[in-house]
Amino acid sequence: MSPTPTAAPAIELIGIDKKFGAVHANKNINLTVAKGSIHGIIGENGAGKSTLMSILYGFYHADAGSIRINGQATVIDDSQAAITAGIGMVHQHFMLVENFSVLENVILGVEGGALLGRGVSEARSALKRLETDYGLEVDPDAIIEELPVGLQQRVEILKALYRGAEILILDEPTGVLTPAEADHLFKILGVLRDQGKTIVLITHKLREIMAITDTVSVMRRGEMVATRRTTETTVEELAELMVGRRVLLRVEKGPAAPSDIVLSVRNLTVKDGRGVTMVDNVSFDVRAGEVVGIAGVAGNGQSELLEAITGIRKPASGEILIHGKPVTGFDSARLRALGLGHIPEDRHHMGLVLGFEESENSVLGYHRDSRYGRGPLLDLDACREDAKAKIEKYDIRPPNCRLKTANFSGGNQQKIVVAREIERDPALLVVGQPTRGVDIGAIEFIHRRLIAMRDAGKAVLLVSVELDEIRSLSDRILVMFAGRVVGEKTPDTGEQTLGLMMAGIAA
Amino acid sequence: MENLDLISILGSTIRLSIPLIFTALAGLFTERAGVFDIGLEGKMLFSAFAAAVAAFMTGSPWLGLLAGITVSVLISLIHGFASITNRGNQIVSGVAINFLASGLTAVLGQAWFSQGGRTPPLAASARFTEIVFPYAAELRDTGFLGRFYANIISGHNILTYLAFLAVPASWWVLYRTRFGLRLRAVGENPGAVDTAGISVTFLRYRATICAGILCGCAGTYLSIAQSAGFVKDMSAGKGYIALAALIFAKWRPVPVMLACLLFGFLDAFANFMQGKSVPGIGEVPVQIFQALPYVLTCVLLAGFIGVARPPKAGGVPYVKER
Repeated sequence: MSPTPTAAPAIELIGIDKKFGAVHANKNINLTVAKGSIHGIIGENGAGKSTLMSILYGFYHADAGSIRINGQATVIDDSQAAITAGIGMVHQHFMLVENFSVLENVILGVEGGALLGRGVSEARSALKRLETDYGLEVDPDAIIEELPVGLQQRVEILKALYRGAEILILDEPTGVLTPAEADHLFKILGVLRDQGKTIVLITHKLREIMAITDTVSVMRRGEMVATRRTTETTVEELAELMVGRRVLLRVEKGPAAPSDIVLSVRNLTVKDGRGVTMVDNVSFDVRAGEVVGIAGVAGNGQSELLEAITGIRKPASGEILIHGKPVTGFDSARLRALGLGHIPEDRHHMGLVLGFEESENSVLGYHRDSRYGRGPLLDLDACREDAKAKIEKYDIRPPNCRLKTANFSGGNQQKIVVAREIERDPALLVVGQPTRGVDIGAIEFIHRRLIAMRDAGKAVLLVSVELDEIRSLSDRILVMFAGRVVGEKTPDTGEQTLGLMMAGIAA
Repeated sequence: MENLDLISILGSTIRLSIPLIFTALAGLFTERAGVFDIGLEGKMLFSAFAAAVAAFMTGSPWLGLLAGITVSVLISLIHGFASITNRGNQIVSGVAINFLASGLTAVLGQAWFSQGGRTPPLAASARFTEIVFPYAAELRDTGFLGRFYANIISGHNILTYLAFLAVPASWWVLYRTRFGLRLRAVGENPGAVDTAGISVTFLRYRATICAGILCGCAGTYLSIAQSAGFVKDMSAGKGYIALAALIFAKWRPVPVMLACLLFGFLDAFANFMQGKSVPGIGEVPVQIFQALPYVLTCVLLAGFIGVARPPKAGGVPYVKER
């Protein structure tokens, strides 16, 4: 649907500028969004997209620049002003009170009086209306923390609509959604646009931009570098604009030269904390010089398999061998000493201590090594020198090993983990979701490092829920479903076939 | 145990529970808003002192109450200034208030009245005294129900009745008003409140003021209702017991009252058992009974009450960030 040419644009940002200390987050940004359109803003993590939208929502104050909403100059100095101007925002981390009901969350801030009674019943009928108008079904009395993420996000959208939002900003809305939930969200966004709402979609996923937007703007390092009509651009062009150079969306690699068996898993069964069998009698080998990919929908036992192999969870039965030596039940320190490197699935949960300096995380797990200290004492200078070398080699930004790890973007945090594990030169590298929440520049980099490991004769076991990733990196693909390996395929197997196997339909 | 007098134990249970109820409700307001309030003890002590001084100087218990509340609110605002405005550590600020209260009340008491940190004894007219309900005296000797009416329902000071009114009132404020909804929200996810266009700071300040008022009632009760003057350190750890009751009650008003009554009962029972012998055991040192509330708190908190989920944003100063 094309916007009416005569109407004033829904949003005009003119010369927006914002600095956080030394970081110039937004440099003289101009942006125009037509009414009744879906406008994508794409850029790598840290490009300034979220900052820009936070300024539009009154969460931050711009140092310079002005905002026009529907052609009217508008001062937005707090979120209340944004709400009044008809702007609603769906934050990346939901702004919901988890132990409140849907209804309570929706009315928070617009209770309609000092006492709750009347406002609550009005909100109840208003929710019913929104439900029928936009297909946004959700039980108003459900408690937020008991809802799946997809529905929690729907509540965020309802919150905005209940406040009369005509402009809806969504910040990385699909990061936490399953593909099916994401498709459903896009349908809803389509309905909203057709009813005349204006939608701004912030993302770093090119596929979403192509699927749903009418126009797209690209940000890079705080600058707005281009705006295109979605139909007149390509994924390749957008990727290049985002990163500032040509990006290979598919890593190039030669044929593998597998040699000796490094990791051998024999009849492995793993149970989770509740005693449910998550890995059921699984056997496979990984040889030096090959990447074995494990494909599967999240929750089919891949996580538990990784935990068993890396010594985090004790298997119920079965055997794990490294270089033919049984290592079943070894803890991770002993496994690491035997040449196992581990890039965990969740860098925040397992890979990093976010409150530590970069240099500390960069040696974590290997801090007892003689390179980093003597006896009980750490040699901080050695740690920092080592961290600096990794920062240089892996292009970790900002290049400051004394910075708190939480202050790095997701992609750079992941690079810290990848650098730490790969630079130990392990014989066996076990990798879980290496590019989750990582921008495309860093994805390309990490993929190339993994292939380089393979080419150096290392064994690589890769677990990922991104089928593209599995197909582009692996030399052999094992498909897991309901705790079992249901088949082995070559990487040129079609997405359709693998998808059916992952769903447990075909073998 | 032949003369185990249930009515008199229950009567003293109520008297001992009142400061706990006020104080735990005070903690309920601040902690539900995401501000840890370990300074309840200090606020209680400050207000006990202020109430005793004002009641002594003016001869009016009501002015005593006013002074108690005023001082307690001021101390709450200091806590707020340190931990909300300046984002300081809430525990440190609370502990500082407790130390300050313990020292300053004794020093000022000595400087002003030279009675070893005490305030001069108050005349009955300067205190909140017992209110006797109609026919209480007549019914006192008419069996259990009559004694219950005379000693449990009747015969307490106004602050006692106020404390029991404060429980449903707190519930109503928290669950039935806009202020309560926002207050509960800001203790769970201040970001949700901020993005809804509501000031996190102002909301948290209002919560601490509510706590100040309730703590003021608790302190006033101690010095000019239960006793007839201020004695050094007369709060005697009640602020901490109230915090334990608050956790025990999982930050909900009615369970808070029940938990406070339980702790009050244990205290009353310990007093009662003083000097009495337990059948089959003989005389048990009174310290055993005095330790009961603390032992119970440890045992209960160690897992017998299930997961006590504190307000999620508790103890964390709110900083806008992403």
